[in-house]
Parts: sequence; C-alpha cells; structure tokens
Amino acid sequence: MPAVVRAPRLALLVLLVAGVAATPAQQGKSLFGAHCLSCHGGNGAGTSRAPSLRNVGARAADFYLRTGYMPLPHLGLQPRRSRVLFDESQIRALVAYVASLGNGPAVPKPHPERGNLSAGQHLFSTHCAGCHQIAAQGGVVTGAIPPPLEDATDVQIAEAVRIGPYVMPSFSKKAISDRELDSIVRYVDWAKHPDNRGGWAIGDIGPVPEGLVTWFIAAAALVGLCVVIGKRLPHG
Amino acid sequence: MGRARTLLVSAAVVLLGRRKRKPPKNADRVVPKLPPNPGAEAVAIGLLFLAALFAVAFVVVYAVDSLPAHTQLLGLTLGLSLLAIAASLIVTAKKLVATEELVEPYTPDEHPGEQELLVQVVEESGDRLTRKRLFKMGLGAAGGTLGLAVLAPALSFGPFFQTKYYRGTPWRRGRRLVDEHFHPVRASDIEENGFYAAFPEGLSLDGREELGAGVVLVRLPIHALRLPPELHGYDAGGIVAYSKICTHAGCAISMYRAPLFQPDEPRPALVCPCHYSTFDPADGGSVTFGPAGRRLPMLPIGVDAKGYLRAKGNFDDEVGPTWWGTRIWKPSP
Repeated sequence: MPAVVRAPRLALLVLLVAGVAATPAQQGKSLFGAHCLSCHGGNGAGTSRAPSLRNVGARAADFYLRTGYMPLPHLGLQPRRSRVLFDESQIRALVAYVASLGNGPAVPKPHPERGNLSAGQHLFSTHCAGCHQIAAQGGVVTGAIPPPLEDATDVQIAEAVRIGPYVMPSFSKKAISDRELDSIVRYVDWAKHPDNRGGWAIGDIGPVPEGLVTWFIAAAALVGLCVVIGKRLPHG
Repeated sequence: MGRARTLLVSAAVVLLGRRKRKPPKNADRVVPKLPPNPGAEAVAIGLLFLAALFAVAFVVVYAVDSLPAHTQLLGLTLGLSLLAIAASLIVTAKKLVATEELVEPYTPDEHPGEQELLVQVVEESGDRLTRKRLFKMGLGAAGGTLGLAVLAPALSFGPFFQTKYYRGTPWRRGRRLVDEHFHPVRASDIEENGFYAAFPEGLSLDGREELGAGVVLVRLPIHALRLPPELHGYDAGGIVAYSKICTHAGCAISMYRAPLFQPDEPRPALVCPCHYSTFDPADGGSVTFGPAGRRLPMLPIGVDAKGYLRAKGNFDDEVGPTWWGTRIWKPSP
C-alpha cells in the first residue's frame, strides 16, 4: 500500500501544506469559481450574461475589483463604485488568475508628477468633461451616469481611460498618450480639491446651485430687509 | 484812482451783500414736538462707528496679503461696513426722524366755469375738419405700419431668408479629414469604442468655428451598421462621420455611449450635453431620445490609397439647429 494511505495524518498534513502553498493563480481560480464563474463562464469564456475575460488582462481585473464595480449585485445594472468584497491578497489572487486567462495588458503605472496641470485641464475638457463635468463632479448621459471622480485613485483613472468601462468610450495610446494620461490624472487629482479662491464652492457643480443661492438666500434676505424698512399703511 | 476804488467797493458790497435774508420766525412751531429717543440714538451712532471700524479693517486686510481666505475677508469687511451704515440710516429713519401724518380733504374745483369753457373751445376748434374718419384711418395706418416696420428687423433673429450659411459647408469631395492638431486622420487610427473629432483639411482655427466644419468619427463593427438605403456607402469600412452640431439648438456633441457588453448595455449613441438629444450612429443618426427634431447629417467618407480618410462629398442634409427654414434646403454636393 502507498505510504500516503498508510499514514493518514501525514497525508492530511501534505494536503494542508499544498493548499496553503497554492499559487495566487490557483487561489484566484477558486475565488473566481465562487464569485465570477456563474456570469463570466468557466475559464472566463463569457456567457450571454457577461463578457469574456480572455484577454482583458490584469488591468481590467484590478480596476473592476478594487473599485467594487464587480461582482455586480444584479444583472443589467450599471457597475458602480461600491463595497469591495475581497481583501488585498484575494484581489491579487483574482487579478493574477484573470491575467493568466489570456494575453491582456498589465496594471498601468501613471506618473501624475510628470504631467502638466494646465495641459491636463485642456485634455480633460476635450475628452472627459462632456460627461464627467469640468470639476469631475460627474454628470448624466442617456441611459447611464458618468460618476464623480473624487474617490478614484491615480491607477484607477488610468485604467478606466484605457478600458472604457460600461458605456464610457475607451482611449488607446494613440488617442491619449501615456504622457497625456499623466497630465489628465494630475488634473483629476487637483480637481478633487480645487482652489476656490472666490468663495463658497457649493459643491463645484455649476450655475444651478449658484442660482438657488441667489434666489433662496440673497433674494429672501432682500425681501426681509424691505419688510424691516417699510411700514404698512393703516386701512383708510 | 478814486473811481476805481469806488467801483471795487460797490462791487464787493453788491456781491457780498446778496446774502439770503433769514425769514422771520413764526411764534408757533410747524413740526410737532416729539420726545427724544436716546436709546435709538445710541444704536444709530454706534452703528456708524462700527461701520468706520469695518472700513479700517478693510484697509488692514488689504495690506496683509498673507491672510487666509483673503478675498472673502475683503468682501466681508466692505460689506459689513456698508451694512452698518444702512442699518444706522434705517434706525434713524424709523425712530429718530420726526414724522407727522395729516389728513386733508381734496380741494374743490378752482375754476369750474373756465374748465367748461376749455371743453367748448376744443370741440368748436374741430368743426373745420370735414373728413374726420379719413383722418383717423390715416393716423391709424401711419402709426400701425411704423410700429410694424420697427419690429421687422426681428426677422433677422433666425435664418428665414439667409440660409446660405447652412447650405454651404467647407466639405467637398476629396477633402481630407484632419484632427484638432491639424494632423490627417488615418482610418487605422480610429478604433472601436473611441470617440474622435475631425475637421476639413486647410481650415484655419477661425474657419473651424463654422457650423458645417466639425464632424464626429466613430467606428462600429460592420455587422452592426443599419444604414438606410440612401446612406449606403457613406461609411468607410465601419467608420461613420456625422456633423458635430446637434440638430436641436446647435451645441457640439461631446458625449459618446460606447457599450462594452452589448446585450446588457444601451446601444452606441452620440449624445449632446445641452439637452441630451441622443443619435444612433448605426442607422444614419436617427434621434432616439431628446428634443432634436431631425436626424444628424452624415458625411460620406472613404479611405484613400495612403490610408487617410477623405470626404466623398458634402453632408446629406442641412447642418445646424433646426430653424424653420432649414428643413427646406439641401447642401450642394
């Protein structure tokens, strides 16, 4: 009889060690099976419910998992920044697994300190502000909601620009070079805390709340002042 | 010598002596005597000195550049100074100025006889006219037409009669497409899910401001194109070009919906940020949502021998917002 079967405790120990020493890709595979397989199919081949992950690479997995876009709570919903189900080691494992499924791009490494802030503002207003608003406070498109970018990290911004998640267009290196992307990331970082030299920012969302302040605070104060100054004549 | 001195003295007396004489005081008061209000006086005077303090603070804040929220403090000090002056004036007006209300009846008519005479004069003066009605018609015609004539320039608000701008665009057969940096566009540069803008080659930055200049370029998979028969061949291997100007009110289309996974997500669409008019690039720019009244004009494009995109003609329809007149004319090919 083989030695392993004759010594069940030894066999158990070997199995445990093997399990703990599993490569991240193997751990990722089991996590994938538990959380992703039902929609994305075995080996990420894709189903009618979700796209194939064959060549999306570490870049996409890193983006969708760290933002909490995936797992989607409900089919057909727009993926949104939400709860992150996994801890750091699990994310690493899943990213490694998805990367191993094909030949996709790696996680980008943006360098905003090399970018130029004013070039970043120009690029952002050309390519991004139509949907995300000039101070990156988010906006609306028919059928989707471009989110505000306050919580986006530098890596996530770079990933989203290249991936084009949900209905966002994707920008290849030919459309936006890496150096231009550095400038855009630098601008978005700045837009998280813009320098509101003029006064009350009211959320940086633009003329509508400013108009509301004028009507409901300034105009009300002026009317109140008239009430104080004036005097009602007695009925004759 | 004596005469000059006399002249000077008399001039001085005339000029200086023309002071207003004080009118003799009545024995009775005219304005009623009201009791003093020292409390209100203190408040009014205090507010004035407070205004002075704020004004001084304004100058201090102006001098000390390193203060945080500098702009806000400048505004605050100036505003509060003005507010304090206003408050002081209000208190003075309401509590310190002596007021009195008197009620008097209307005076009776002063000259009843003469007023009746005046009416008679006016009536009899008009007796000379024999064609009063014609006169009235003439005045009505003159005044009415003058009023309309003055309003007529309002027709220039929209291109009722001047639709030349909308019929002529800078696009011609064979014109190459260039991007915003004036580089010619290669068909291979246009990737699926990307959103690009292009202009005719040879236009200056000012020329690009023309409504008919800008186009949006997107690439769709060929099997996804559903162009109507009159627009067959307008695409270049899946790349479609549409006017960048929304047909609703003329904003530039700057949003593109590029779904990653078609079955679950809305179809590709060009969206205008102003009022969210949504156009489908796959079927000739038809309106799928929003207030636009007609579909987006499409530019026929092709790929030349070197791989660059070139226009194959003019837009198939008017570019620009949908004024009343633009549905009628078609652009020259």
